Amino acid sequence: MMQLHLPWLELSILIPLAGALWVSRLRDAAVARKAALVFGILALVCTTSAWQDFYTLHVDQAHDRWDLISPYLGPEFLVIDALNAPLLPMAALLYLLTMTATAPTKIRRFSFSAALISEAILLSTLSCRDGWGLIVLLAVGTLPPLWELRARKKPTRVFAIHMALFVGLLAAGWSMVEWEGAGPTHSMFAVGLLVAAVLVRSGIAPLHCWMTDLFEHATFGTALLFVTPMVGAYAAVRLVLPIAPHWALHGIGFLSLATTVYAAGMALVQREARRFFCYLFLSHSALVLVGLEIATPIGLTGALCVWLSVGLALTGFGLSLRSLEARTGRLSLADYHGLYVHMPTLGSFFLLTGLASVGFPGTFGFVGTELLVEGAVEAFPLVGMAVVFATALNGVAVVRAYFMMFGGKQHVTTVKLRCLLGERWAIMGLALLILGGGLYPQPGVFSRQQAALEIMETRQALLPQKSHPHPTTIAERLP
Amino acid sequence: MDYYQLLGIIVVLAPAVLLVGIGLPAMFDRPLSETQIGRLTQVCVVGGLLAATAILAAMLVWGDRHVVIEVGNWVVIPHYHFTVKFVFDRLSVPFVMLSFLLCGTIGAFANVYMHREMGYSRFFLYFAVFLQGMILTSLAGTIETLFAGWELVGLSSAFLVAFFQERPGPVRNGQRVWVVYRVADAALLTAAVALHHMTGQGDFDGLMGAESWPFGVAHLTSGQALFVGSLLLVAAAGKSALIPFSGWLPRAMEGPTPSSAIFYGALSVHLGAFLLLRVSPILELSPLLCAMVVVLGLATAVLAAIASRVQADIKSALSFACLTQIGIIVMEIGLGLRYIALMHIIGHACLRTLQFLRAPTLLRDYSVMENAIGEHLQPPKSIWERLLPTNLRTRIYQLGLERGYLDSCLMDYVVGPFLSVFRWCDAMERKWTDFLSGGESRESDHVRPHQESVEELI
Repeated sequence: MMQLHLPWLELSILIPLAGALWVSRLRDAAVARKAALVFGILALVCTTSAWQDFYTLHVDQAHDRWDLISPYLGPEFLVIDALNAPLLPMAALLYLLTMTATAPTKIRRFSFSAALISEAILLSTLSCRDGWGLIVLLAVGTLPPLWELRARKKPTRVFAIHMALFVGLLAAGWSMVEWEGAGPTHSMFAVGLLVAAVLVRSGIAPLHCWMTDLFEHATFGTALLFVTPMVGAYAAVRLVLPIAPHWALHGIGFLSLATTVYAAGMALVQREARRFFCYLFLSHSALVLVGLEIATPIGLTGALCVWLSVGLALTGFGLSLRSLEARTGRLSLADYHGLYVHMPTLGSFFLLTGLASVGFPGTFGFVGTELLVEGAVEAFPLVGMAVVFATALNGVAVVRAYFMMFGGKQHVTTVKLRCLLGERWAIMGLALLILGGGLYPQPGVFSRQQAALEIMETRQALLPQKSHPHPTTIAERLP
Repeated sequence: MDYYQLLGIIVVLAPAVLLVGIGLPAMFDRPLSETQIGRLTQVCVVGGLLAATAILAAMLVWGDRHVVIEVGNWVVIPHYHFTVKFVFDRLSVPFVMLSFLLCGTIGAFANVYMHREMGYSRFFLYFAVFLQGMILTSLAGTIETLFAGWELVGLSSAFLVAFFQERPGPVRNGQRVWVVYRVADAALLTAAVALHHMTGQGDFDGLMGAESWPFGVAHLTSGQALFVGSLLLVAAAGKSALIPFSGWLPRAMEGPTPSSAIFYGALSVHLGAFLLLRVSPILELSPLLCAMVVVLGLATAVLAAIASRVQADIKSALSFACLTQIGIIVMEIGLGLRYIALMHIIGHACLRTLQFLRAPTLLRDYSVMENAIGEHLQPPKSIWERLLPTNLRTRIYQLGLERGYLDSCLMDYVVGPFLSVFRWCDAMERKWTDFLSGGESRESDHVRPHQESVEELI
């Protein structure tokens, strides 16, 4: 197998781990933040380099040079391929921006060392293709939020029950799959367990309550970083998609579609900003699963594009909400706050990221949503219409939240509430990515299409006897 | 690059330059001064208008009736392509010129009207988004490009309604306008995807045939045309405030006068009619669809005519008068009178812009006249007062005053039940999480804004 020019993957995992060790020894929160930022930047550099290195090699997958992990844990443990290549820098970027945008009022509450540990776990998860390795990493990834909830003496039962269920189902399902052997078909029970695990981790209704509970009790930063990388979708692609028969995919697709519409409707009736954000995110993450389960090249490409755009856009949206909270406390959506006068930049960014998440023209989400709807309609016309309906509802919810936060009255304050330097950097960085990707989407879409084709090929290889029931795509009718 | 290509690119890029010129510095918290914004607006709008006029002149001189400018593929992957393509024809050229002309007029007016207003820069940013949306929609050669422009127009319009955002009224109305626009957007997107699905085409040339507007022929069955056309009719109804969405138009008058004039009096409200004109070959395929268009236009015109007579403020009265004409324009489209409809749009948009801009001073003139004669001016008695019994007139008056009860019907029978279902779900979720956590699970119900020192932020 081809090797990268340097051990980028190992470095990108080791750097945050070393950073966590270093930061945990620092007493001064401001110094700890600065140190965490340095390690965050290094991790981002390594993951971006891995991505670029991988694309210059023009191969399907690549390993680290001087790979120390493979001899012990197997060749599938640390791999970069078309699917995870952009996900790794995106994950590192989300952590870096979250740490950068942490307001001075929050730096004593937000644990930077825990964030760096989570980052290392997440990067390992996204680099891993080995079944058991992935399951262990997914299980370990649920621990940092749990520790934080316990440390802050917050209720943990809802989160713990769901995560235990997730890990249990995943382990049981994968055990059965392995026990049944490497054949093309697996029992309904084994696949069902894996599907159920993915549904729990992705927050598909009615198994989504852990997510609203996490946003209620954890710090906003922790909750945001736990959900926005969408590792549930990653588990679905790695563990379920290659082996799942069509009934399983249709089942996930149907439930995800119902969740997309349900969560969009729920976002409209929320009276508190965090819960609103949580439902908005749920609606979008379910949308990604809808696209993944359509399992056509266009639908998959759309889903993978939406994965990236939603990851970036909703992290930005969440960060702007977090910045608002840092100034005013938890925000009610039952009344107006009128904050635009004091923070116009934050207001504009709030709107930009919110609209980007719903696929507004000029943002990266536009083409992704178009592709997703196109793929959905090709496979199941009614699904496409439901996706459009949910997107419309989300658009209404985003603008409603904007008006509630930034309009309706004039907020009176004796202190300046303007964006701080760190927040401004985070905002500008994400805004440029969102708009840049929107105005010049071709490279991003092409790379996601490559990943989609690889996923399709893997699936075709493992399920050769069953082709998709709706193979005729629009493309086949186009010149 | 040929002559048409060069001019076409200038027409499309002029509003884009304006948008970037105002938006980019604002993004970096370094907004342009009023003078700079005014000059940039002037240059871009005049540049775009001159280029569009030059294209028209060239088309007339050389006898071209259908000029297509292909910019290229914005996204292309196997099985999918998103082509950026602009069409200059007998529908788009007048509409583009009208957009530039009216936007230029309003830009010059607003430059003085909004002088030293706190939201001057914000107003012109929305203005630039609107202009970009209008140009994209007018010239769109594919339904995806049309959709992109359509959404930009919707967003800028909603935010202009909520321009005075420090008051709850404009914000609430802006939100309502946005909701209606989202419904229209969803209908248009669904129609676009359905067209793709049925014909494998997204280009208007492919959908409507190679003939120039209005002689295109759509390759759909009658049933397909009815389905897609109905969706397009919903989209047009949302954008042009036709029944049952008419309620948003008077609400839109909360915005500053220049925005009311240009968006709700002149351009934005005609966009639905423009869409129907653009897809008129589809309408032709289904007599039932044409009948629906006519009935919708007629009903809107009648209701708006009644409502406009009982409005207490001049902007609302003008908005309903505007809606009356739009209803008639839609009727004309349904009856197949496309050139008449196009001319009606152009004449009506110009007249309404003048009336809206004149509205504030007209009130003052009336006041002067009434002071001079020493009594209120009495409107002339209508013939209906003699023909209709008092009871019926009272009912019609109520109908007009309540604006056809459309808003209350939508709220009571659509929005209200929809939100109630989700509020019930929310309550059920609360019970479930309370049960799982063994106590009260929602911190957010009681949490008060925490008292951490915000001074630390300085």
